Amino acid sequence: MTIEKRRIAGSPEWQARISPHDSALKHVSGLAEYTDDIVSPEGTLHAYLGLAERAHARITAMDLDAVRAASGVVGVLTASDIPGANDVSSTGAHDEPVFAETEVLFHGMPVFAVIATTRDAARRAARLARIEYEDLPADLTVEAARASGGDLVTEPLTLERGKVEAALASAPRRLSGSMQIGGQDHFYLEGQISLAIPGEDDDVTVFASTQHPSEIQHIVGHVLGVPSNAVTVNVRRMGGGFGGKETQGNLFAAVAAVAAKRFNRAVKIRPDRDDDMIATGKRHDFRADYEVGFDDQGRIHALDAVFAARCGFAADLSGPVTDRALFHADNCYFLPAVRLKSEPLRTHTVSNTAFRGFGGPQGMIGGERVIEEIAYALGLDPLEVRKRNLYGGEGRNLTPYHQTVTDNIALRIIEELEETADYQARRKAVLDFNTKSPVLKRGIALTPVKFGISFTATWFNQAGALLHIYRDGSIHLNHGGTEMGQGLNIKVAQVVAAEFGVPLDTIKITATSTGKVPNTSATAASSGSDLNGMAAANAADQIKDRLIDFAIETYDVPRDQIAFEEGEVRVGNQRFVFADFVEQAYQARIQLSAAGFYKTPDISWDRKAGKGSPFYYFAYGAAVSEVEIDTLTGEYVVRRVDILHDVGSSLNPAIDLGQVEGGFIQGMGWLTTEELVWDDKGRLRTHAPSTYKIPVSSDRPREFNVTLAEWSKNTRPTIRRSKAVGEPPFMLAISVLEALSMAVASVADYSICPRLDAPATPERILMAVERLQAEQALK
Amino acid sequence: MASGDTIRFLLNGETVEHRPGAAHETLLDFLRLNRRLTGTKEGCAEGDCGACTVLIGRLSRGELVYETVNACIRFLASVHGCHVVTIEHLRGADGGPHPVQQAMVAHHGAQCGFCTPGIVMSLYGLLMQNPAPTDIDIDRALQGNLCRCTGYAPIARAAKAAGAEMTKDDPLASERAAVTEALAGMQTDETLSVETPEGTIHIPANADGLADILADNPDATIVAGATDVGLWVTKFMRDISPVVFIGHLDDLKMIEETGDAITFGAGVSYTDAAPVLARRIPALTELWDRIGGTQIRNMGTIGGNIANGSPIGDTPPPFIALGAELTLRKGGDRRTIPLESFFIDYGKQDRSPGEFVESITVPVPAEGTHLAAYKISKRFDEDISALLGAFALALAGDGTVEDIRIAFGGMAATPKRASSVEDALRGKPWTEASVMAALSAFETDFTPISDMRASADYRMRSAKNLLRRLWHETEGTPVRIDRGVA
Repeated sequence: MTIEKRRIAGSPEWQARISPHDSALKHVSGLAEYTDDIVSPEGTLHAYLGLAERAHARITAMDLDAVRAASGVVGVLTASDIPGANDVSSTGAHDEPVFAETEVLFHGMPVFAVIATTRDAARRAARLARIEYEDLPADLTVEAARASGGDLVTEPLTLERGKVEAALASAPRRLSGSMQIGGQDHFYLEGQISLAIPGEDDDVTVFASTQHPSEIQHIVGHVLGVPSNAVTVNVRRMGGGFGGKETQGNLFAAVAAVAAKRFNRAVKIRPDRDDDMIATGKRHDFRADYEVGFDDQGRIHALDAVFAARCGFAADLSGPVTDRALFHADNCYFLPAVRLKSEPLRTHTVSNTAFRGFGGPQGMIGGERVIEEIAYALGLDPLEVRKRNLYGGEGRNLTPYHQTVTDNIALRIIEELEETADYQARRKAVLDFNTKSPVLKRGIALTPVKFGISFTATWFNQAGALLHIYRDGSIHLNHGGTEMGQGLNIKVAQVVAAEFGVPLDTIKITATSTGKVPNTSATAASSGSDLNGMAAANAADQIKDRLIDFAIETYDVPRDQIAFEEGEVRVGNQRFVFADFVEQAYQARIQLSAAGFYKTPDISWDRKAGKGSPFYYFAYGAAVSEVEIDTLTGEYVVRRVDILHDVGSSLNPAIDLGQVEGGFIQGMGWLTTEELVWDDKGRLRTHAPSTYKIPVSSDRPREFNVTLAEWSKNTRPTIRRSKAVGEPPFMLAISVLEALSMAVASVADYSICPRLDAPATPERILMAVERLQAEQALK
Repeated sequence: MASGDTIRFLLNGETVEHRPGAAHETLLDFLRLNRRLTGTKEGCAEGDCGACTVLIGRLSRGELVYETVNACIRFLASVHGCHVVTIEHLRGADGGPHPVQQAMVAHHGAQCGFCTPGIVMSLYGLLMQNPAPTDIDIDRALQGNLCRCTGYAPIARAAKAAGAEMTKDDPLASERAAVTEALAGMQTDETLSVETPEGTIHIPANADGLADILADNPDATIVAGATDVGLWVTKFMRDISPVVFIGHLDDLKMIEETGDAITFGAGVSYTDAAPVLARRIPALTELWDRIGGTQIRNMGTIGGNIANGSPIGDTPPPFIALGAELTLRKGGDRRTIPLESFFIDYGKQDRSPGEFVESITVPVPAEGTHLAAYKISKRFDEDISALLGAFALALAGDGTVEDIRIAFGGMAATPKRASSVEDALRGKPWTEASVMAALSAFETDFTPISDMRASADYRMRSAKNLLRRLWHETEGTPVRIDRGVA
C-alpha cells in the first residue's frame, strides 16, 4: 500500500510528515470501536427519552402508567428521581434541566426517561406517555423574541473602537441592510450516546461520545450529587463531533448515569436520529443588521452592526458563540471606527450550541456581506474592495477588540490564489458567459479568512498529557484531547515519536480518560493539537531529560552527544536500541512516566472592557468559487473551487488537507442546502437526512484544487510552528455564497446587491432572481 | 405451503438458520445485536445515510447478483435465500485488507470512520461491476452514503485507485460457484410462512402464491423493497404483521418489451429497469439516476413507488405523461386502468383489500414526441422531490401543439395532470407567447402546499418555469446545468 503524498504536499520535508490516520485500517475494516460497539456488561439496560410536544407550556398532568406497564420496561425516571441537581448546564447557569419539571421550554425538551431491557422496548414505551399541557406564548424567532422584550440568555458583548457616529456621518457614502444567516445541524454520523456502568460506593464509569469528558464527569457528579472523583469518563473516539458533542452529550450521560446507579445495572442511551436532531442544539442562526460608511474607493470608514442570535431556551455556550461572531465580523479588514454588538436572544427553541467556527462563520459572513454591498454600490469587483480594506500599513492593524494583528499574511494568500486560480481571466469569462446565456448564469468570488486561535475564555487554554514508557520500550500515550476524526491522536503521536526518535508503531494511543488526565478543556476551538501536542511534548521532554541525565551519569558523556534517533539512543560513540536503553534506565530506577502540561502564553481578555489579546495567533486562507445557476428554478452547481490555506508548518499535511477539504464542504452545506425548518408550533420539520440535506458526493465542486501554503510558519512558538486547522477552512465556503450572489446579480446587470440570505437553497436563489428582475424592471 | 419458525440465508461465510424475533426485525439489528457484526453502523435508520450498507447476493433467474442495500430498513426475513455480505467479510487475496480498503487508507478517505464501512461496501459494489469508474459513476454510487468529515474528494480518489487493483480472487469472486449452489439449494417453490413471537411472515415462492396469501390475508402488508415500509417500522414503530415479502419474486420482475411499450412487473427494481429505460426512453435517465441513492434503487420497485400512493413519488409523473396503464390483480382476476386514475386522493388509491399491483405498461414515446422529466429538489441527488414536472409534447408539422400531456408530483395531494395547462396549449403554436399565456392555467390546476421542502409560492413559480424550460429546450437554448467533472 503506497500512501498518497505527492498531491498533498510539494516539499520532501512536508511529505515526510504524512501519515494516515492512526485508525485508518480499523475504520475501513469496521473494526474501529465506537461507543455502541463496546461489549456491554451482562444485563445492560437501555434508556430512552420522552420528549415534550409543546414549544412553551406548563405541564398540568403526566400519566406514565402505560409507559411503566409496557413490555420490557424496568422503570421510569422523571425530575424527582434525580439524586443531585436537575441540571446539565455547561456554564453553571442552572438553566438546563435534565427533565422538565413544570414548564416546557421547547418542542422536544426531555420530560422523562424510560428504562427497559432492550432499546426497542424502551423506545416503544416512551411513546405511551400521556402528558397534558397548558400552552404559553412561545417566541420562536429572533424577531418574536425582540417583540416580546428581547430577553437575553447571557450578557451581551460590545466591541467598540473610534467614534462611530461621527465617522458614519462624515463618510462620503452610507448604506444599511440586514442578513438572515441560517443555523446548521451537526449531523455527526454517529449520534449521541452514553453507556454508564455502576461501581462500588458512588462510583460510575461512563463511556460517551463526547468532545469534553471532563465536563461529562463534572455534570454526572453534579446530577448524581457525588464528587468528581467518583466519576470516570472514557472516550476512545467519536463518529464525528463538529462542536455538537462539546456540551450536548451532558444530558445523555446524566440520564445513563442516574439510571445505572438507580437500577445497579449498566445503562446505555442512544436516541434515534430524529430525537437527536430535535433534542440537541445546533449552530446558532443569526440576524445581522449593519450600517456602513465608506468612500468612493470602497474603503470602509465606519461599521455599526448588531448580531442577534436565536439562542434557544438556555445559555449553553451562546455567550462565547455570540462573542466569537463579533470577533470575526472584521475578518481580514481594518475598520477605522467600529461598533459591534451581540444580542443573544432567548427563544422557545432548542438551546443552540457550539459548531465548527463557534459563531465566527456567522460574524464573518456578516462582515463579508458588507464588503459585497460596497462593491455593488460602487460597481467594483468585490475582490478589489477586499484588497483595499485589508489589515496592513501604518495604523491599520488594530482589531475591534484592540488586539494588534502582527502575523498578517492575507494579502500574500489572496494574491497567490488570484494568480494560481486564474481569477481575473475567469471573472472575465464569467461576465462574458452571462451576456450570452439567457437562462443559465455564472458567478465567481474570492473570499479570504482570518480566524483567531485560542479559547476566548482564557483559562481553557491549558492541557495535560500522560506518558508511560514500559520496560519493553513501548510507549503508552494519553492526553486530554478527544479524537473525532480530526487526526488529533496521530498528530500527537507523531510529536512523541519524533521526541524519542522511535517509529510511530512504538506508541499506543489510548482512550481519553478523566482518570488519566484531569480537568481538561473541550477538544474544541481548533485547539486540540496546539494544546495537547505541547502537553505531550512536555511529558516526553521530562522523561527524556531523566534519560539524558541517566546517560550522562552512567556513560560520562556530555549532553550534546546524546540523541534519540532511528529507534536508538546514541550515547557518545555507543548506540543502544531504544528498548534496551529503557530497560537500563528502569534497572537504574529512573522514573519512566510523566504528566505533561501546557498553557498558552501571552493571551488576555477583559470582556467587560472589550479589550485584550484573546488570540495567540491567526490562521489564514482564501478560496475562489465558481458556480452556475438556473434562473428558471434556482438550481445550481459549484463548478470549481480553488483554495490556498495556511496551516503553518504542518504536523501532518494529509490530515490538514483533509480538514481543509472537509471543512470547506461542510461550510458549503451550511450556506447552500442545509436548511433547518421549524413550523409555527415550534416543531423542527427537518429532523432526519430525508429532510435535512447535507452535501453528498455530487455536490463537491466539479473541480476542486486545494493547496496548503507550505511557506507559512507560525510566528508563535507553537508545536513545531504549526497552526490550528479544524475551524478556519469552514469559512472558505463564504466564497460559494458570494459566487451564487454574483450569478443572481447578473440578471440586474450587477447593479443591485442581491442580499442573498443563507442558506441559499434553490428556492432562495429563484426568489432573489425574480426579485432582482422586478427591481430592475422598475428602474 | 411450508410453515416453520426459521428462515435460512448465508451470512458472510456461514449458513444461518434463524428464528426471527418479530415480523419487523431488521437486518441491521440482527447483524449488530444478534451477531455482533458491529462494522455495519446505524446512522439514520431510514435508508438515507448509508452507514449500514451491506451487499446482498441473490439468484436472479439462476444468476448470482450482488447489490448494495440499506440494512437498516431491510427486513431480516426478506433475506431468506440470499447471501448477506458485511464489511467483516471483505478481504484481499492474501487475507489482508481488500484493495478498496487499502485505497481508502492510502488516499486518506476516512476521518471519523463511522460512515466508512458503508462507503467501502458501496465502492466495492460499484467496482465489482465497473472497475474503471468516472467521477460521475462514483458520485452515483455514493449518492446514498453521507460523509460529514471528508467532503468526499479523497473517497473519490480512493475509488479510482482501487479500481485498478481489483482482483478476481477476492472472496465473493472465489466463492461464487459455492454461493450460487448454496443459494440454489435454499430456493423452494412453496410459500414459507413463519410465526414469530411478534407477528406472522409470509414468503411466497411466486406471484400465484402471493395471490393466495392475499386472498387469505387481504390486509397483509405487502413489502417489496421496504424503502417505504421500512420507515413505518424504524420511524413510526408500526405493526406490519402479517407481512408478505415479494421483493424476490422473479415473476414480478419481468420486463416485456414490444414495439411501442414496455411492461414492468411490479417487482422490477429501479436498478433493473434502468438499462431498458436508457435504451427505450433515454429522456428519463437523469431522473432515474436521481431516485434515492444506489441502495434505494437496488431495493425499491416501480410497483412500490406507485402502490404506496405518495404525491411525491418520482415515477408516476413521467409515466402518467406517457399514458401508462396499471394492471392490478386479486386472486386470479386482473384489471387494467390508466395510471392516473389509480391515485384518488391523499393516502387513497384504487386498490381493494387483497388486490396487488402486478405490472405497469409504459408506452414508448413516438418519434418526434419531446419528453422531459424535471425534478426539483433542495439537493440535486438523493432528495425527495419538491416538485417534479413531466411533459410529453407532440408538435404537428405546422409547429402547433398537436398534443401535450403534463403531469406533476409535489403540486397536489396526488400525482396529477395539468389539464388546464394542456388545454391552454393544445392546438396553439409552440411559441414563447403561447407558453407565457398558458402559465396562469397552472393556478387552475394546482394549489400546492408549503412544507419543509419548498413554499407554495416557489412550487408554483418553478412549476410554471419548468414549462418555460421545456420551451427553451425545444428551441435549443442551454437550460441544463453542466454537472460534469473537470
